[in-house]
Amino acid sequence: MNESVNTEAAVDSKLAVEIRQMHKWYGQFHVLKDINLDVTRGEKIVICGPSGSGKSTMIRCINRLEEHQQGDIIVDGVELTNDLKNIEAVRREVGMVFQHFNLFPHLTVLENCVLAPIWVRKTPRKEAEEIAMQYLERVKIPDQALKFPGQLSGGQQQRVAIARSLCMKPRIMLFDEPTSALDPEMIKEVLDVMIELASEGITMLCVTHEMGFAKTVADRVIFMDGGEVIEENKPDSFFDNPQHERTKLFLSQILDH
Amino acid sequence: MTDQMKTKQYVPGEHPDMPPPAGISGPVAWVKNNLLSSPLNVVLTVISLWALYKIVPGSLEWMFFDAAYTGKDRNECLAKAGGACWAFVGERFELFTYGFYPAEERWRVNLAFILLPIALIPILWDKCPFRKIGIWFAIAYPFIAGWLLLGGFGLESVPTDKFGGFMLTLVIGVTGITFSLPIGILLALGRMSNLPIIRMFSVCFIEFIRGVPLITLLFVASTMLSYFLPPGTSFDLLLRVLIMVTLFASAYMAEVIRGGLQAIPKGQTEAADSMGLKYWQSMRLIVLPQALKISIPGIVNTFIGLYKDSVLVIVIGLLDPLGIGRASVATTEWGGLSTEIYVFVAIFFFISCFAMSRYSLYLERKLETSHKR
Ligand SMILES: Nc1ncnc2c1ncn2[C@@H]1O[C@H](COP(=O)(O)OP(=O)(O)OP(=O)(O)O)[C@@H](O)[C@H]1O
Ligand SMILES: [Mg+2]
Repeated sequence: MNESVNTEAAVDSKLAVEIRQMHKWYGQFHVLKDINLDVTRGEKIVICGPSGSGKSTMIRCINRLEEHQQGDIIVDGVELTNDLKNIEAVRREVGMVFQHFNLFPHLTVLENCVLAPIWVRKTPRKEAEEIAMQYLERVKIPDQALKFPGQLSGGQQQRVAIARSLCMKPRIMLFDEPTSALDPEMIKEVLDVMIELASEGITMLCVTHEMGFAKTVADRVIFMDGGEVIEENKPDSFFDNPQHERTKLFLSQILDH
Repeated sequence: MTDQMKTKQYVPGEHPDMPPPAGISGPVAWVKNNLLSSPLNVVLTVISLWALYKIVPGSLEWMFFDAAYTGKDRNECLAKAGGACWAFVGERFELFTYGFYPAEERWRVNLAFILLPIALIPILWDKCPFRKIGIWFAIAYPFIAGWLLLGGFGLESVPTDKFGGFMLTLVIGVTGITFSLPIGILLALGRMSNLPIIRMFSVCFIEFIRGVPLITLLFVASTMLSYFLPPGTSFDLLLRVLIMVTLFASAYMAEVIRGGLQAIPKGQTEAADSMGLKYWQSMRLIVLPQALKISIPGIVNTFIGLYKDSVLVIVIGLLDPLGIGRASVATTEWGGLSTEIYVFVAIFFFISCFAMSRYSLYLERKLETSHKR
């Protein structure tokens, strides 16, 4: 049944995400203007830019939490249209980590992690729990498995959120400012987990202002402003030799303190 | 001052845990803090004690100590009583309980009464043994009880105009509560849906039902419907009442639940969506458990309202306990005992409603733990 999907995937087998001439409007407001982006498999991309520049909107278009009105988005060989089947297929393969964690407060950490594997992937509960424990160990909080999210610190919650996404064994991970709601001492524990994850070959798109993280793991940094991609480059050139005035201004602002 | 001096005796970092100083806990401290903490508080406490002294002993005397409990009729009973005369409770108990249900079939009502707690316990108590089976039984209960009460399929059928008393209240209450919650959930989800037709339907339904008094709906049920239905179809009066009461409660329920749904952050559905859960899965597993939990006070409030509103069926001629009470006041044997009769009916309603309210508090407290930091 996945014949067409597979052949398409084979054609673009190197591309995890393909965005072509994509536009998006909120009512009259043109949020995203002519976005073009190819992400190869295993590539780590960091997206930055001033507040309101459309970073979240763009990354949320990739798993269709937001709908685009023009252009194409092809994720893992599947084109995002109004077809619910395609959307669900994409969401199964794309994990997302949010700024405010969005853990389910009425479920324990373990239940948070096994929910989607059980209901979406139809994994047997026992197996799902074993996988969940593996990932909780990887994010270094297996001992919190039976607690409720409300009983954990922010950093721990965000690590649970990462583990929860990983339990679906996604091929692509989206991060939307995963550390910006955290206190400084917790940022590092989350970034460490992300750096470790980056070393394992998963495709990552990450909206963040953590420039240290960008320098260590990013293959490419994308700078957005006013709904457009202004500049994209390898991290070294991006930070040392920004081309565009707006990029220079932005970098001077965030690196100055 | 001296306390401060003492603490200095410890090396920083090595201060041991100590018991709190005397007078910040214990009953004496409680009275001091809660009843006598300020002049105004002292005055209020004194006034309250005085009011209790005036009301409680007198009421107890009237209700219990000076009351008479036996007697064939009012005169016999009143002769013995300095206070209340409760003899009618015993004499008319069957009427109050079963209405005009045929005497030889009353075991069916009793059986339905007995099965009710058996159906409720697995739902209300999460550590009940055999809970899975119990819940299936609870789901089947309304149908089993309906069969027992109405008859048919091997049992002699009893027309619904014979229903009355507590039994009628319970029939209306249990039916209304069982069906108004799911219908209310669907209406609330419908009102928040992205599909315009479903949303329109829910909004119109809720606003129409909420905008009309229940009594009006009951009159509609008792008279108007027969105009709309093809002539010759008989549509049971009690069934019409049940439908109206359920729809009325559903509309209120929907608004209570919508309030709960709106309190759930958008991030919850986004997280569920981003993991590939379908709409109904994310509602059932993520959104509704949280929304219903915060709506418990409102839901139980609606239940209690529905349960008490069931006395309104009196206006279309059904005899619930209040109706039977009124009828009793009008008889020659028990006429003039209106205070006792209404107090009796009030106590019945109070006990049921207070139980519901207590249970909702227990449930809130039990579910609360998951939120606590
Ligand atoms: N639902 C919405 N309706 C209308 N406008 C919106 C909506 N969501 C976002 N916007 C607008 O779209 C623009 C881009 O928002 P977006 O959240 O993508 O910015 P961002 O780059 O992620 O900013 P930040 O760094 O503050 O998170 C902003 O101007 C915002 O006000
Ligand atoms: Mg954002």
